[in-house]
Amino acid sequence: MAGVVFEKVAKRYGEVSIIEGLNLDIQDKEFMVLVGPSGCGKSTALRMIAGLEEISDGHVKIGERVVNEVAPKDRDIAMVFQSYALYPHMTIRENLEFGLKIRKTPQAEVDRLVKEAAEILGISHLLDRKPKQLSGGQRQRVAVGRAIVRKPAVFLFDEPLSNLDAKLRVQMRAEITKLQQRLQTTTVYVTHDQVEAMTMGHRIAVMKDGKLQQVGTPLEVYEQPSNLFVAAFIGTPPMNFVKAQIRNEGTLIAAAKFALPVPVKLRHLTVPRDGANVVVGIRPENIVDPSKPTRGETAMIQAKVDIAEPLGHEVLVYASIGDDTLVAKVDPHRAPQLDSIVDLVVELESLHLFDAATERRLA
Amino acid sequence: MKDKAGHDELPHLPLHIFLIIFVLIATYPILWVVTIALSGKQSLALATLPDRIAVTEERLVQNIPGLNDEEATAIVEALENAKWIDERGILTLKPERDKVAPLLPAELSKYAEPLHKDLMVCLAEPSTLDRLRAITPWPETFSLENFRAVFRDQPFGRWIINSAVIATATTILGVFLACTAGYAFSRFSFPGRRAGLMSFLVSQMFPGTLMLVPLYIIVVQWLQLGSSRIGLTLIYATTSIPFCVWMLKGYFDTIPKELEEAALIDGASPGVIFWRIVLPLAKPAVAVTALFSFMTGWNEFIQAATFMDKEELYTAPVGLRFFVGGFSQQWGYFSAGAIIVSIPIVILFLFLQKYLVSGLTAGSVKG
Repeated sequence: MAGVVFEKVAKRYGEVSIIEGLNLDIQDKEFMVLVGPSGCGKSTALRMIAGLEEISDGHVKIGERVVNEVAPKDRDIAMVFQSYALYPHMTIRENLEFGLKIRKTPQAEVDRLVKEAAEILGISHLLDRKPKQLSGGQRQRVAVGRAIVRKPAVFLFDEPLSNLDAKLRVQMRAEITKLQQRLQTTTVYVTHDQVEAMTMGHRIAVMKDGKLQQVGTPLEVYEQPSNLFVAAFIGTPPMNFVKAQIRNEGTLIAAAKFALPVPVKLRHLTVPRDGANVVVGIRPENIVDPSKPTRGETAMIQAKVDIAEPLGHEVLVYASIGDDTLVAKVDPHRAPQLDSIVDLVVELESLHLFDAATERRLA
Repeated sequence: MKDKAGHDELPHLPLHIFLIIFVLIATYPILWVVTIALSGKQSLALATLPDRIAVTEERLVQNIPGLNDEEATAIVEALENAKWIDERGILTLKPERDKVAPLLPAELSKYAEPLHKDLMVCLAEPSTLDRLRAITPWPETFSLENFRAVFRDQPFGRWIINSAVIATATTILGVFLACTAGYAFSRFSFPGRRAGLMSFLVSQMFPGTLMLVPLYIIVVQWLQLGSSRIGLTLIYATTSIPFCVWMLKGYFDTIPKELEEAALIDGASPGVIFWRIVLPLAKPAVAVTALFSFMTGWNEFIQAATFMDKEELYTAPVGLRFFVGGFSQQWGYFSAGAIIVSIPIVILFLFLQKYLVSGLTAGSVKG
């Protein structure tokens, strides 16, 4: 068992820099999710742990060992690929055995480990089939099985659920989480899906353009996004952003066509910054209809309804005030008329304030 | 008439007739060769057309009442002198009724009428049935004599063995080198990769005969491998490798890199990855390249004819040419030999056909 540490890691292809100055400390037995949009360098970071990409600068440690120059097979890791990468010409059993046999594990031990892994994943009845005879979900299990059968120190998952349909994805998400809890193996999981990140990880590392944006538990990242990018990336529907200015000695946030009073809890941020331009972030669940119970200080705003999207358990209302559009979550039985003016209640203590210039969270 | 899918069947009829005729035309030469081989003769003709009937004294005596032997001789002489018949008695022109009498000596002119009748009989053209027989690819008599003779009377078995050895060696050498080179071109980036691939491609643009002179200098003068199986194998491998490398590179490109990465993490060395992951997956392409290499070595004529000047080292195609070149016209041996030579290729095709379709289209569509 071992943790994984990135120390000032960089990855460059000639002049093009993919990752710069990545510092990340993944604890032993931790489930760490690397999340970010396409091309943010998350997969590259994972492949550097695996040894499939060279490290241009800095160190990657697995346990206490710097692995920059260690061959992939000697790193005591296992990886699950997005495309599963099952060997098409081998049966499932041969797929699972391949790594063990190459490492000259005795046959009895191989049989025991394969049996054990197959039982954990419920694929015992598929062992004599070929990968192409399996469904997507089954192939996914085999890919995971091939990783766990060797009992490595670190699991690496590279967007393993992207090729599954929505229902299966939810199911496999839970299974991988359960498996990690059961095996207690350090896991690094790469995804572009923030829902996977939120639901699976002990901690989330949000990346953008090769730079780490924020590391924290899912709740920390959700409630205290460190900048505009993280705030926008985590959460569905995404957070509302409104450009505004702090006025009245830090007691009022004035947007183009409306203003919100600053709640007492946030005054320590706004009072020293009177007159500053900020971006106000409001999560859709913090804009509700007046009938709903609310938390802390609130303010009422009026907005024109543009679109209403009923989801069954709630209605997403896209409402506009001047040029600012806000998404609110409204009770399903109180869906407003299109183009009508509705009253919406904003939970002020849940406002997120970001510096308009640096895009950082005010702190 | 409508078939199950509701299409009119009738419009297909002309198409089918056209296709059947097309198939007949396409297979006719092959049937011809088979027929000659099975006829047991050396003639190129399928059947001999009956000649015109010779005009002889005996015939005239029999057919013209009252004619005696001397008179018959005189008539034949007269016909010969007038160049109506050749020395064998075959008519060379159509006898006209009015010209027969003036030709004959005066005392024989009374025979002009019956003689003309008989000459017309002698002129009889071969019947329609005879003509049909002459173009039907079906031997008059079946005989395997040609097949026996090429092995018994001619060193054809030896030539076949030469061809087999050279083609097999070409295949093994060519496929091995093409696999390793194709893999390198597909997976690794190294200086000269692009130039190497392009030069392989360019070398395919020129006809093989262009290479004869340089190859002759290299193989015969420098390597001293003229008239040897090794020399010819080297030449064939050289010609087949560029195509094989491109073919295999294209196929290796379609094998996902993740498979190799997975194997790498599983602990496999590059050698194990190549032999146990990549090559088994590239079987269709390897089958196609192997077939291509084998056919290169098996069918090639010009280079074999240039480099192999000893009769016992001939390959099968050179040997075939030997049957009909120069002073010999042994079309029967040639046909039998051609059929024997084509059998291994046909068997290989049948054996590898499941790979051929997938192999040749591989890389065109992402699968």
